[in-house]
Amino acid sequence: MTKPAEVTRSTTGGIGESPLRPDGALKVRGEFAYSSDLWHEDMVWGVTLRSPHPHARIRSVDLTEALRVPGVHAVLTHQDVPGTNRYGLEHADQPVLAVDLVRYHGEPVALVAADHPETARRAMKRIKVDYEVLTPVSDAEHAVHGDGPRLHRDGNVVRHVPIRRGDQNATAPVVVHGVYEVGMQDQAFLGPESGLAVPAEDGGVDLFVATQWLHVDQRQICYALGLPADKVRLTLAGVGGAFGGREDLSIQVHACLLARHTGKPVKMVYNREESFYGHVHRHPAKLYYEHGATEDGRLVYVRSRIYLDGGAYASSTPAVVANAATLGFGPYNVDNVTMDCWGVYTNNPPCGAMRGFGAVQAGFAYESQMDKLAAALGMDPVEVRVRNAMSEGSTMPTGQVLDSAAPVAELLRLVRDRPMPAERGELDLRAMPGGVSNTTHGEGVVRGVGYAVGVKNICFSEGFDDYSTARLRLEVLGGEPAATIHTAAAEVGQGLVTIEQQIVRTELGIQQVTVHPADTTVGNGGSTSASRQTYVTGGAVKAACEAVREKLLKLAVTRFGEPRANLTPAEIVSVLGTEVIEETVEWRHRPTTALDPETGQGFAHVQYGFAAHRAVVDVDVELGLVKVVELACAQDVGKALNPQAVVGQIHGGSVQGLGLAVMEEIQVTEGKVRNPSFTDYLIPTILDTPPMPVDVLELADPHAPYGLRGVGEPPTISSTPAVVAAIRAATGLALTRVPVRPEHLTLEEPR
Amino acid sequence: MTQYEGITRRGMLGLVGAAAATVPLDSGAAGAQAASGEVTVRMTVNGSATSLTVDPRVTLLDALRERLQLTGTKKGCDRGQCGACTVHVDGRRVVSCLTLLATLDGASVTTIEGLADGDRLHPLQQAFIEHDGFQCGFCTPGQIMSAAAVIAEGGARTDAEIREQMSGNICRCSAYPGILAAIRQARTEMR
Repeated sequence: MTKPAEVTRSTTGGIGESPLRPDGALKVRGEFAYSSDLWHEDMVWGVTLRSPHPHARIRSVDLTEALRVPGVHAVLTHQDVPGTNRYGLEHADQPVLAVDLVRYHGEPVALVAADHPETARRAMKRIKVDYEVLTPVSDAEHAVHGDGPRLHRDGNVVRHVPIRRGDQNATAPVVVHGVYEVGMQDQAFLGPESGLAVPAEDGGVDLFVATQWLHVDQRQICYALGLPADKVRLTLAGVGGAFGGREDLSIQVHACLLARHTGKPVKMVYNREESFYGHVHRHPAKLYYEHGATEDGRLVYVRSRIYLDGGAYASSTPAVVANAATLGFGPYNVDNVTMDCWGVYTNNPPCGAMRGFGAVQAGFAYESQMDKLAAALGMDPVEVRVRNAMSEGSTMPTGQVLDSAAPVAELLRLVRDRPMPAERGELDLRAMPGGVSNTTHGEGVVRGVGYAVGVKNICFSEGFDDYSTARLRLEVLGGEPAATIHTAAAEVGQGLVTIEQQIVRTELGIQQVTVHPADTTVGNGGSTSASRQTYVTGGAVKAACEAVREKLLKLAVTRFGEPRANLTPAEIVSVLGTEVIEETVEWRHRPTTALDPETGQGFAHVQYGFAAHRAVVDVDVELGLVKVVELACAQDVGKALNPQAVVGQIHGGSVQGLGLAVMEEIQVTEGKVRNPSFTDYLIPTILDTPPMPVDVLELADPHAPYGLRGVGEPPTISSTPAVVAAIRAATGLALTRVPVRPEHLTLEEPR
Repeated sequence: MTQYEGITRRGMLGLVGAAAATVPLDSGAAGAQAASGEVTVRMTVNGSATSLTVDPRVTLLDALRERLQLTGTKKGCDRGQCGACTVHVDGRRVVSCLTLLATLDGASVTTIEGLADGDRLHPLQQAFIEHDGFQCGFCTPGQIMSAAAVIAEGGARTDAEIREQMSGNICRCSAYPGILAAIRQARTEMR
């Protein structure tokens, strides 16, 4: 079967350079083993039977016909879960397999293993489930305040975060109100959920899987299987994108269950349709805002109520709620704030982590409000933002003082002062809204420009013990000093493996650095989320280098008879000889604290990241078609450890924000998903992606390794509102909902 | 970093080589209807003569991945919507998930595994690495195969042309600026 291997690629390059990715050649050759490529000659295939109803009672399940299909090895239900039939990132509230109730469209009910995927699917269709269909709870706001059914024992509120700071009755001469909605966005990673579970002779199981967090998967599998941690061993398989959607379990427990029941290796791969049911999405949101300001445009107060639809199970909803609340006023100074943010259970698909994590939804609303305020004041939209912009030393609505760079005004000025893209020249259909569909030759096309800025917390928050572990081995190989770095942190495409090599090269002054496969034989690396891996695992790798260097320098004293501050590679070889130095280090960022449950005050976030966008769009105002002409971004990254990868992250976040602005939405009607395919769920292509000039600031954060600031998420916050602001500028419409669809542009009354 | 030993990711522990033996080689006439209702297809894959006997409903994509162990061609949607499975059939790009193997008797198929000249990467492969034309890399084999055919057809002359002609290949990491730059560079080297 497949076997993980170490990869060394002797490129040079320490931090601040942009060395080639060590996995690059494998990826362009088609030789990189993604989780869906894994194979074992003796394996069987697993499939999942899912509920066709968003809310139903299960009266009975009949497996008889399914078990009769030749080639079937196992058909399992909740009764076959040996441990506790529950899992979940923060609350274990989700059954591995449904018992007597299904709470969302697509909830797993039964599993089949067979010698061919088609056989497994055929058998799956012969499982007879008798459902009593119930009315779904589909409106989040109503689920909190209404008199509908309680979906979980403790009611329908997953979490409520209030923030109270300053005068709760403040008044202001200029007031703008707004109600905003954000549709359900999907991570839509291209590599489907997949993995291979191999039963082991010791009664345990080895799982090769694409995930964002090996150790949290391991914990949940152990709980469901009733096995100790040393019997459930995980190795990271190649990950085809994640964006938050792999933080929760998909095939993990199911594949291990089937492997233990059949005694055979089990491969599971979701198809695209199942993938839309098989992972959590971005929380749809409804957001109520009231901004009060002085006549010269200074914010006096902001009041907000936010409803985040968590769907059927909690996933990471509690943390998403805290983000939306604490970041919900944007990067603006305002003394008097009132926030109530709810995360809610409904019978909609479960929602959890997606790039931007609560800050995206709030960002669309507060930036729309800032434009509305600018219009009410007759002010320039950038000017009103600059006038209220936070800076280092500003106080967040949680009472936390920003103790490192917060160049909000500078970022806005950078995007504002860029030269504008050229006006439309000679007719090129490809540059038109509607493209080569030949819907316009320029008639009805209006250009608009919009701005936005956003803030995102970096790393885990609210007192979470957020750490990573790095094991570093230094030895002499082939006459050269060589290091092997081993962590459990997941490379999902962002380039963490490159960064790990760069840090080791810089810290030890050597070139040959091998990155060991990520697995659970080394300590927890924490999640590849919250823009945290370069910060936290990067910090752990740096700390491991320091521990190894300390030992090396002690050895050097015995070798040279005197202390040395630095060693050349040749000296390292001579000092080490045949000795091996290996150190394992756990590294933590400075602690954060919980939020006060009544006032929402606390040192909740370890770091904040800021980005600003300027969007230029052409809108066919008659047909409601939009072409984004340019999307400029400015972002402070503290220190660009790998400048090329930094720009790649900024581009990626910007485009996913563009997608939410004008095309991406899982459409759910009464709990049912209507568009689980790439024909109906549209994500930006290269044709939808405009030129994206980027300004990168490097204002060091003294609290972070190398002064770096997490990069991946901040551009996702400001991209969406900037694009929508540009469409508003072109059309004069209010546009309070994303994604903006053609009918919003052609049927909505001008504001 | 996580990677799988050797080039044969299906190299079974202690059973390396078994996979190749599972590919039934047919000695009968090309395109002949086998007794079971299966069809035999003779074609060239990455320069090697290959014969497969398959159910007529089997797609080129599944045949490549599950019969020939060529997993470089990716299944992103299996519905012709993402482009990750793009390969060349007689020099033209096709989405292999919508191509039935049974239609390819006598055809010449090139996949991502057949693009490099031994250890020397194809100019597009090199350019994708240099310009950061991917992050997760799952779409990359399809992007590169698509771009190779576009350039060979005389396309990709301008950025606008590249955007139009590459719009069938989705990259969710949105490495599009890098893809554009890579194609621009390789275009010059390939002509």
